[in-house]
Amino acid sequence: MLPFIFEWQWNVDHIIFFGFLYLALGIVGLGITVAAVKTVFQLMGFMRERHFH
Amino acid sequence: MEETHGKGPRYGMTIDLDKCTGCGTCMIACAAENNVTVLPDESDKQRNIAWMLLYKITNGKPFPHTEVSYFPRPCMHCEHHTPCVSVCPATATRMDPNTGIVSQIYTRCIGCRYCMAACPYHARNFNWYDAYFPKGKGLDKYLSPEVSPRMRGVVEKCTFCHHRLMRAKEKAYAEGRRELEEGEYITACAEACPAQAITFGDLNNPNHKVSKLAKSPRAFRLLERLGTEPKVYYLSSKEWVRKLADNYRPEELQPVIKTKTG
Amino acid sequence: MDSALIPKGVTRCSPGRFFLWTLPWLGLLAWGLVSAFLCLYKGLNQTNMTNYFAFALWIVFDLGVIALGAGAFFTGFLTYIIGKKELKDIINSAVIIGFICYSGAVAMLGIDIGQPLRGWFIFWHANVHSMLTEVSFCITTYLGVLLIEYIPIILENRKIEEIRELRLFGNNLHEIMAVFAATGTFLSFFHQGSLGGMYGVMYARPFAARGGFYIWPWTFFLFILSAIAAGPSFTILCTKLAEKITRKRLVPDKAFQTLAKISGSLLAVYIVLKIIDTIAWAYGIVPKAGLTFMDFYKEGPYGVWLVVAEIGIFGILPAIILLIPKARQTEGWLIAGCLMNCTGIVLNRFVFVVVTLAIPVMPFDKFVSYLPTWQEWGISLAVIGYGFLLYSLSYRYLPVFPKEKELNAA
Repeated sequence: MLPFIFEWQWNVDHIIFFGFLYLALGIVGLGITVAAVKTVFQLMGFMRERHFH
Repeated sequence: MEETHGKGPRYGMTIDLDKCTGCGTCMIACAAENNVTVLPDESDKQRNIAWMLLYKITNGKPFPHTEVSYFPRPCMHCEHHTPCVSVCPATATRMDPNTGIVSQIYTRCIGCRYCMAACPYHARNFNWYDAYFPKGKGLDKYLSPEVSPRMRGVVEKCTFCHHRLMRAKEKAYAEGRRELEEGEYITACAEACPAQAITFGDLNNPNHKVSKLAKSPRAFRLLERLGTEPKVYYLSSKEWVRKLADNYRPEELQPVIKTKTG
Repeated sequence: MDSALIPKGVTRCSPGRFFLWTLPWLGLLAWGLVSAFLCLYKGLNQTNMTNYFAFALWIVFDLGVIALGAGAFFTGFLTYIIGKKELKDIINSAVIIGFICYSGAVAMLGIDIGQPLRGWFIFWHANVHSMLTEVSFCITTYLGVLLIEYIPIILENRKIEEIRELRLFGNNLHEIMAVFAATGTFLSFFHQGSLGGMYGVMYARPFAARGGFYIWPWTFFLFILSAIAAGPSFTILCTKLAEKITRKRLVPDKAFQTLAKISGSLLAVYIVLKIIDTIAWAYGIVPKAGLTFMDFYKEGPYGVWLVVAEIGIFGILPAIILLIPKARQTEGWLIAGCLMNCTGIVLNRFVFVVVTLAIPVMPFDKFVSYLPTWQEWGISLAVIGYGFLLYSLSYRYLPVFPKEKELNAA
């Protein structure tokens, strides 16, 4: 799973398999991060609005 | 893929079914050598552990034409795209490219049993129970420190007594030799067989008896048509025995009489 | 008592009645927990699995629920990627069913493996050439995706929604749902396929072995196709069952019809390919292994009736029912068609799991039979109990059906 585990091989099979896995995990992770960051920004926006008006 | 057929030693075995008396010594020797556990109820033959298993076959003809033969079945150590090795999700089983021996890493096996489903020889057994060597019956006395015992929930199989190879290699190394002599490394079943039906050695070494026997016209392998390339060869001069080692369509051979197994 | 939690504008039964309704499902769950404890504590000797039947009821159940749970990713794909707007009315239901199926399957697999604590070795010491590795990676990742799809529905609960942070997070997740739906589709395609591939690659078991394209045996593609054919049918069935039990209309008929039509069309394509595959297998792999087609259907109860049932009765028939607009518009026929479709797919999985192992390959080997123990049934049925519970709870406290209010006005 990680390059320092001894089954790891730098060959095409491993690169394709783990490439797709980490791509999928990356997209899912990025999606959650985007949603979380957006929420934080929105909340900060709300706070500011409430504070100044 | 780790397939290096033709390079280095390829350990294999021939079993002469014409010599085999069905005494079962190979099974006992194997179990004793390899710390094979017994079940709380050893009559449960679908769950017991037998790296070497003896199948009884008959030609199915009525007396006085009845003939009986036995198929001792260790792991075939399949050379081509080893069915169990290719399917294991956790890389817990592997064919050593330097020896051709298919091994099992017990401490890594997760017990998914996919390898057992993939093996047509039933050469793999699952530990349905905790390891059990009843005290007071002497079973704990012969436990070998060279073979790791297996825990509940993992799959185990014949290793061609791999620890004996290690032992032989160490001895050879101490004596300053790089190559093993014929007979220096043989399996427990081959050593124990009172009829000397089992021959073990390097199939790639033309000087080894086993490689000559494997080329004998009497030689055949179990389920050869599937293409697993077993490294265990059987020898028999009986046509009905040879036919029972593989499946044949009616038009290919005369129908084989269904036999009783045990 | 719990009226503050119930979505606005809809009616739900009294808490007491709801509690009584959950009792049988809690019972199944308790049975499952006892079984799971025994299997974990005493080992898999609590089952009737043997060295012959290395896979048994649990794997049939796993493959079955995973195929039926395909409704989640496929409905998601149709809704968010293809843009079938009418399916927005049923997508929540599909997601919850999918989540139940997948989490149930993963929980069962946790008991099924002999060393559950080593489950993570599949990831750590991955053998990338094993179909099962692929299945494990994709199922686990996809279960995560399903959870992400389920979370916004949970966050829409009346009380949770009052917390602004959570409401906003839920909305933001919902906005980018297409990304998750696309990832889920990719993952699902591969694990549904690899589940089939698992059997197709067992080349030393002629009953399951198949030829294929590059590294993928034909079963890879057939399993994907059969899963997306049966998944929507299962979504329809569960939602219809919810309608019957609640005595309410929950989803507009258009959504059912769209799903039924797609389900039927895919099933028709699948059945044609399945027939071609069976014929190619019978004339290719089978004779090459020295066997005849009939050699596989003479052991124990596993006769040719299996082929007739799987392809004919539970394959061709439901495809016809679901493809005829008049038939699928009649509720009885719609339910019958979906039920037969799902039965056929489960039968297919059963054949691949159990019959493959039941047929001896060595000519002198013997046929052994297998019947599950109560522990095996307990764990399998617990998934059903858990499913009913989670679905009921979701229905009671979450706005699962956006059109419920509209359809039940008056």
